[in-house]
Amino acid sequence: MSDSAPAPLYQAREPIFPRKVKGKFRTLKWWIMGFTLGIYYLTPFLRWDRGPSLPDQAVLVDLASRRFFFFMIEIWPHEFYFVAGLLIMAGLGLFLFTSALGRVWCGYACPQTVWTDLFMLVERWIEGDRNAQVRLWKQKWDLHKWRLRLFKWAIWLLIGLATGGAWVFYFTDAPTLARDLLAGTAHPAAYTTMAILTLTTFTFGGFFREQICIYACPWPRIQAAMMDEDTLTVAYREWRGEPRGKATVEGNGDCIDCMACVNVCPMGIDIRNGQQLECITCALCIDACDDVMDKIGKPRGLIDYLALKDEPLERAGMQPRPIWQHILRPRTMVYTVLWSLIGIGLVVALFLRTPIGVNVTPVRNPEYVTLSDGRIRNIYELRLQNKHGEARTFHLSIASDEVIRIGLEGTNELTVQVPPDGMVMQRVYLSAEAGSAAALADRTDVRFWVEDLGSTDRVHVDTGFNGTGAGDGN
Amino acid sequence: MSRKPVVKKPDPETTGHEWDGIQEFNNPLPRWWLWTFYLTIVWGIGYTIAYPAWPMLTHATRGFIGTSTRDDVAAEIAAFDAANAPLEAKLVAADLGGIAADPELANFTRNAGAAVFRTNCATCHGAGAAGAKGYPNLLDNDWLWGGSIDDIVLTISHGIRNTTDADARYSQMPAFGKDGILERGQIEAVVEYVLSLSSAEHDAAKATEGLTVFADNCAACHGEDAKGMREQGAPNLVDAIWLYGGSRAAITESVMNARFGVMPAWADRLSEAEIRAVAAYVHQLGGGE
Repeated sequence: MSDSAPAPLYQAREPIFPRKVKGKFRTLKWWIMGFTLGIYYLTPFLRWDRGPSLPDQAVLVDLASRRFFFFMIEIWPHEFYFVAGLLIMAGLGLFLFTSALGRVWCGYACPQTVWTDLFMLVERWIEGDRNAQVRLWKQKWDLHKWRLRLFKWAIWLLIGLATGGAWVFYFTDAPTLARDLLAGTAHPAAYTTMAILTLTTFTFGGFFREQICIYACPWPRIQAAMMDEDTLTVAYREWRGEPRGKATVEGNGDCIDCMACVNVCPMGIDIRNGQQLECITCALCIDACDDVMDKIGKPRGLIDYLALKDEPLERAGMQPRPIWQHILRPRTMVYTVLWSLIGIGLVVALFLRTPIGVNVTPVRNPEYVTLSDGRIRNIYELRLQNKHGEARTFHLSIASDEVIRIGLEGTNELTVQVPPDGMVMQRVYLSAEAGSAAALADRTDVRFWVEDLGSTDRVHVDTGFNGTGAGDGN
Repeated sequence: MSRKPVVKKPDPETTGHEWDGIQEFNNPLPRWWLWTFYLTIVWGIGYTIAYPAWPMLTHATRGFIGTSTRDDVAAEIAAFDAANAPLEAKLVAADLGGIAADPELANFTRNAGAAVFRTNCATCHGAGAAGAKGYPNLLDNDWLWGGSIDDIVLTISHGIRNTTDADARYSQMPAFGKDGILERGQIEAVVEYVLSLSSAEHDAAKATEGLTVFADNCAACHGEDAKGMREQGAPNLVDAIWLYGGSRAAITESVMNARFGVMPAWADRLSEAEIRAVAAYVHQLGGGE
């Protein structure tokens, strides 16, 4: 090697023209594509009635008023742990699926895969299948080629636009924003976001494709930690297929080297070289090979979902273990249990939370105020939250072992009106008579009770009352 | 098994480097990656031309699109002022007593007033408005010059005992000891009497003696009942609050040398809206009347 010319440091992308394929995995992938894209594009337009003072969009991330709406669930910023819990569940779910079925997420559900699939569908519709695409690629840039390319790029751009458009619909009322977008009166942030997402969809789905998976995505590198010899991945039964060659020649294996598996691969690899980093286990090579095996009258499954553990068994001519034995193993069960525990915890937390809330910030500058008649007063800022769709009246009271009186700033009542789906900051005074136990103690425990007069809900928050401390040690 | 499977592996292309039998694989980067690198260089050059970047002797290059973060801040402040203008106009036109009842104004003054207070008032009255020796606590219900919102606006606008505002609230307590108005014994007696007013530990005989001294010299301002007089800014001497301290020594010093707390007038420095906002803020701290 050192004698010849130095090896190139950079290599150009080898264009990939995956051939159309039919089969059970391809059909499954079409369904998943339709399902996931349907969810993505249509969800913002689902309506959910929450009363007159709240938005009626079923799924809405309302950044301006800091609310997240998901059908009957409404999440306030301080309940962000629900989102964190969902993210952890998503992570554990990914671990579970990867340890059981390899890169099944990459092959079936990853947006990069789904959108690339959609872009390839458009490509085939306009330019034809693999052979026509290769011809067009090699051909000079004449009018015919320009026309096809521009048409294809235009459709890609429209898909990109719809993708970016759907994204911004999640953040504000979708029908209103759709009208504003068309009228040109929407917020610049909406147009900018749409432009960026249109561009990334267009380039990632149309041109970068497998390069994103190979070079940009960290997931392929992390996969290995979650896979073991029981993981089902797409593999080639080389002990059955080799030596490859004409089926008519005695001694050859089942592989007739028709290259069908290579031609359909969206990653441009040869699965017969074994499991490799580029493989997203989309299973299209299984469909392609099964098709060929049917034609030449050999059993299906030369390329198949296989577990590494079965290889020695199959080489020895024995039956592989049943699939459930591979999937049900301690590792997947641990992932499932963890996943379920967090899920159950979140559901329980969802049902336990009250529709009213209270936070207290004791004012500690100064620690206490001496009033003219010698009473000791502490000041608190209570933040009262009302998650109902209509205004509610809250009644405030305190519980303490000592005699302490409560009063509110600006009113002689002990009730506060809290607007629908809103929060009110109320300054609250607690005072202890001069010379009383609480006034002389260093600190007295106090519990604020907040009752919703419109229902039976009540919540409390604990804090402390500061006295002069003169009574301590006497 | 008789036939050996022949699996075609990709050529293990190496860079030709080898150390102790360890070879280095050649995994070339994609070429578009290199282009993105060149693109960042072009972007970087363009960026330093477009934006302020290159340091010169006295200043940096300004950039041809004229970006200035100072201008951005000025524009943002102007935008905030413009956004607040209708509220400030409403605040200036509002009846002072009605501010607390109007949720919009109450919310605005609570926030804007707090900002004005922290900037201008906290230096003396403390960030928490609890005051210090000689600087009144604004959280309690004891007011020298009145705790209604009108009184607070008047105090803030013109100040106390300053020489810059003709309308400043003004009073002067005589320095009974320093100026020789009272004898040493009389001062001791009146101090005992004042101590007795707030039930502090005192000499009863001297206090009885001090009663006459108080009636002759102090009651004109502090009142016959010693509960103070707001027209004079004379403090209430029977309550639990002492601006300069309630110990025998502190009271003696007050009687000997008198006190003269000064507050500047803010009418020239703050806008009418700012004064009303901070007055409303102080009024809702706990002691407002």
